[in-house]
Amino acid sequence: MTSNTPILKAQAIQKSFDGNTILNGVDVVLEKGEIIVLIGPSGGGKSTLLQCINCLVIPDDGQIELEQQPIDFSNKQDLYRLRQQVGMIFQEFNLFDHLTALDNITIALRKVKKLDRNTAEKRARLELEQVGLGEKGDLYPAQLSGGQKQRVAIARALAMDPKILLLDEPTSALDPDLIGEVISVIKNLAAKGMTMIMATHQISLISTLADHILFMENGQIVESGTPKELLAKGNVNKTQGFCDRLNELATGEQ
Amino acid sequence: MPASLSVIVDSFPYLLQGTLNTAGIVFAAMFLGLLIGIAVAVGIVYGKRPIQLLLSTYVWFFRGVPVLVLLFLFYFGLFSYFDIGFSAFTSVTIVLGLTTGAYQANIFRGAILALPKGQFRAASALGMSNSQAVRSIILPQILRMSIPAWSNEYSIILKDSALAFVIGAPEIMARTQFVASRTYQHLPLYIAAGILYFFLTWAGVYALNKLSDAVRIPGYSHNGIQE
Repeated sequence: MTSNTPILKAQAIQKSFDGNTILNGVDVVLEKGEIIVLIGPSGGGKSTLLQCINCLVIPDDGQIELEQQPIDFSNKQDLYRLRQQVGMIFQEFNLFDHLTALDNITIALRKVKKLDRNTAEKRARLELEQVGLGEKGDLYPAQLSGGQKQRVAIARALAMDPKILLLDEPTSALDPDLIGEVISVIKNLAAKGMTMIMATHQISLISTLADHILFMENGQIVESGTPKELLAKGNVNKTQGFCDRLNELATGEQ
Repeated sequence: MPASLSVIVDSFPYLLQGTLNTAGIVFAAMFLGLLIGIAVAVGIVYGKRPIQLLLSTYVWFFRGVPVLVLLFLFYFGLFSYFDIGFSAFTSVTIVLGLTTGAYQANIFRGAILALPKGQFRAASALGMSNSQAVRSIILPQILRMSIPAWSNEYSIILKDSALAFVIGAPEIMARTQFVASRTYQHLPLYIAAGILYFFLTWAGVYALNKLSDAVRIPGYSHNGIQE
């Protein structure tokens, strides 16, 4: 499913906050249709890396190219354009609390893509149906369960026709019995060939979806490879150990 | 009819006109303060350093100087010094508007800071510009959150407006004092004035409560706590 020219290239990304180095020269190359999974301990820089990729956090140093076009971090229009093409899913959903599920989706279509209300609503309804929430369009975020909120958030990102979707621990804030509905939406996206970078601790997403695994620790990528390479039997490496512990947790809970 | 009652009846149209003038001053000042407050709060939270400093200075000045001093400063000082012919009515509206603007800026600033950071981040992630995010996502939420504090500010400004009598703006207090000094019926007249202020306070707060209900986000209660 992958072609040769990368859709996204992040090179030597460097970021520190108040003297603490969070990212220390991280490279990510993503090809169209590819799914990269970021794993590793909390505080390792996964979230910051994702937020640097769509410039929600501006890197201190390094370069980001979307479809061979380098992004000028000091140019606001450049940043807006980048973010319009890169969707993002947050751990804590971040739905707009004052808007219905439907308007959460239409607002950016109308303000950013300048669609008229009717066209925007049609598109929003389509996206809500895709995530199994066709009936919930008129409800407000406070009236939805966590799993439903995250599905609305996914629908909201997809309505913008992103070239890449960034997912920052999309299931971490959910009750165990609500994780399944979100996982199946993400798996559907993968089946449709969506290009994604996902930080997750969800073992079922790591092993089944990842084309490529990046293990991050202390602001660096310390291991990188396909699941086959990293998770083969008898391997001794950080990824293997980490996934084994996630596995133990997953089976321990059942 | 006892003299105390007849003076109220006789002067009622005159006092009622004063009440409308007070309402006019307060509504205009609150509206001016709303526009200033929103702009200043947004500037202080999101603006660059020099803008933040400039706006903070404004807020500190109007929070730190008594309204009475400001009234004299503007009406007798600035406006006459520069020979700008503002009426007492206009002067008091501007002074109260600038004062409440500073307080309202703090109300809105607090609300912006209380809003989860993820709201702005999600708007940015969808490709919205900063000003689109502020207008479509931040302001609609923080204005709702601010209604209770705003209603408090209304009742304070309403009562501060009584100071306008010292520069002769034809509002409740000035007119009451005018009638009282001619009829010597101080007690009933100032009771009447108090009732008129109380009525304006009640009406405004009642209307703002209704507004708060009308714009309530389903699933949230009055205090913003999720039901």
